[in-house]
Amino acid sequence: MSDLNTLTIAAARDALRAAETTSVELTEACLTQIDAADALGAFVHKTPELALERARAADERIKAGDAPDMCGIPVGIKDLFCTEGVASQAGSKILQGFLPQYESTVSGQLKSAGAVMLGKLNMDEFAMGSSNETSVYGNAVNPWRSGNSDAALTPGGSSGGSASAVSADLCLGATGTDTGGSIRQPAAFTGIVGLKPTYGRCSRWGIVAFASSLDQAGPMTKTVRDAAIMGRAMMGHDPKDSTSADLPVPDFEAMLTGDIKGKVIGIPKEYRMDGMPDEIETLWTQGREMLADAGAVIRDISLPHTKYALPAYYVVAPAEASSNLARYDGVRFGHRAQLSQGDGITEMYEKTRAEGFGPEVKRRVMIGTYVLSAGFYDAYYNRARKVRALIKKDFEDVFADGIDAILTPATPSAAFELGKEHTDPVEMYLNDVFTVTVNLAGLPGIALPTGLDRQGLPLGLQLIGRPWEEGDLLNTAYALEQAAGFVAKPAKWW
Amino acid sequence: MSIDKDTAAKVAKLARIKVEEQELDALAGEFNAILGFIEQLNELDVENVEPMTSVTPMRLKRREDIVTDGDQQDKVLANAPDAREGFFAVPKVVE
Repeated sequence: MSDLNTLTIAAARDALRAAETTSVELTEACLTQIDAADALGAFVHKTPELALERARAADERIKAGDAPDMCGIPVGIKDLFCTEGVASQAGSKILQGFLPQYESTVSGQLKSAGAVMLGKLNMDEFAMGSSNETSVYGNAVNPWRSGNSDAALTPGGSSGGSASAVSADLCLGATGTDTGGSIRQPAAFTGIVGLKPTYGRCSRWGIVAFASSLDQAGPMTKTVRDAAIMGRAMMGHDPKDSTSADLPVPDFEAMLTGDIKGKVIGIPKEYRMDGMPDEIETLWTQGREMLADAGAVIRDISLPHTKYALPAYYVVAPAEASSNLARYDGVRFGHRAQLSQGDGITEMYEKTRAEGFGPEVKRRVMIGTYVLSAGFYDAYYNRARKVRALIKKDFEDVFADGIDAILTPATPSAAFELGKEHTDPVEMYLNDVFTVTVNLAGLPGIALPTGLDRQGLPLGLQLIGRPWEEGDLLNTAYALEQAAGFVAKPAKWW
Repeated sequence: MSIDKDTAAKVAKLARIKVEEQELDALAGEFNAILGFIEQLNELDVENVEPMTSVTPMRLKRREDIVTDGDQQDKVLANAPDAREGFFAVPKVVE
């Protein structure tokens, strides 16, 4: 078989089981592509020896029969996941040299299922960013280019390396994490599928924490079927995460019938933003028509507090980040600043954190510190938590009215150029305008590619589902994927 | 609400991040841009709204109150910038 790296997870699984290829061959094909793709900045810690060792073990297991779906499948792991004995820096200088002594639950589940880790993937520092430009490793680059231009585009963020790697066929799938849109926005920018499960589906244990009440891991894959397969392997109850849901994880793939007759799809009027490009508007209309043609009932709905989601997020997320990132103090792990004569412990903290954190992380930690500080806690943090309750209720109301899923654009634009000057940090935050509500409400959401813009760049739509009903959501996404028939791939320049 | 240079310095101190004197004005400007954006939340009436405390309403699981791990000093200290004699070492804390 040729071009093994371009296979979907489903196709590779079937080929492995039919003994048409081996995990070692699949893994070698991916490793070759990874070594030729340094220009994409996707893989930041490569683990070829470990990968081949795991591939050989997977081949043994497949030969013995009864191997799980992910057995022998080469994947990339976002740098946010702690992987035993393999550098895990969260894209930050402050974790330089950190070698976890343990494996995160999610990457551990993939490992136990026989998946082959190829290496660690680039990301925005501590997952704070929407363009992968805050990473200590430098930018990850989108394999797609606009028209005839050779300008480097962002793969989105924070899971930019994961998106770039899957889109460029460097791996068959990758893990991502999503706090405000960090799986779905990069998936949309690179023409791949990204699933953010319901809050509590994937254990957060061993994933470097950003905003604990919003963070959720999920799969980034080439197809909806692959998201169903890889997602199932990542989910499940974990006693080590108190928010982990003790609910059975169904066989999502078996639920992909493509039959959505009678399903009620809501179109929220508040997602029609001023100044939204017509191409996004058209894409959204087409998506609506595709779902209607497949037999779904389309209904206009209202989610009245949508416009307050981003401001609420920019209180809640920095507040939680300021608390979570307090642990980077130069004592237990990572970077410690060189101290001057007479420096005490306070100077050690202040210098270590000033050197170790990049500008966006510092900004968010300090904003978080401010909104939690005495005298402002009620005005900012408590108010934001109340607004969050209202946003969640918006969704509960429409679901109670019989809505099965909600269709929205995934992003307000196609991928933009790397290196553009951003004078106002808020401008970058607007990237998450369609995705952040889902994190605040703890719901499952999926982004999938459904079209190209005039410059040939991929555009994605988002479907939002009811809590714990990823199977139903994936099936609706599957129907949309079938109807859209998106097959475009980036032309190889790297 | 506007943040001045002194407030920016105070926040940096609370966050234990050293910020040079000449960077404080720019930092205060960035804080004001973000807080200006957040101000929109004041348009809403949140009287009688309970703040969200749990994403999914659930009762926390209970477990036996027993020791389940430990005895891994070497692993705990493995990543320390300065570990000596089984302890994390830091600059002098008390005179």
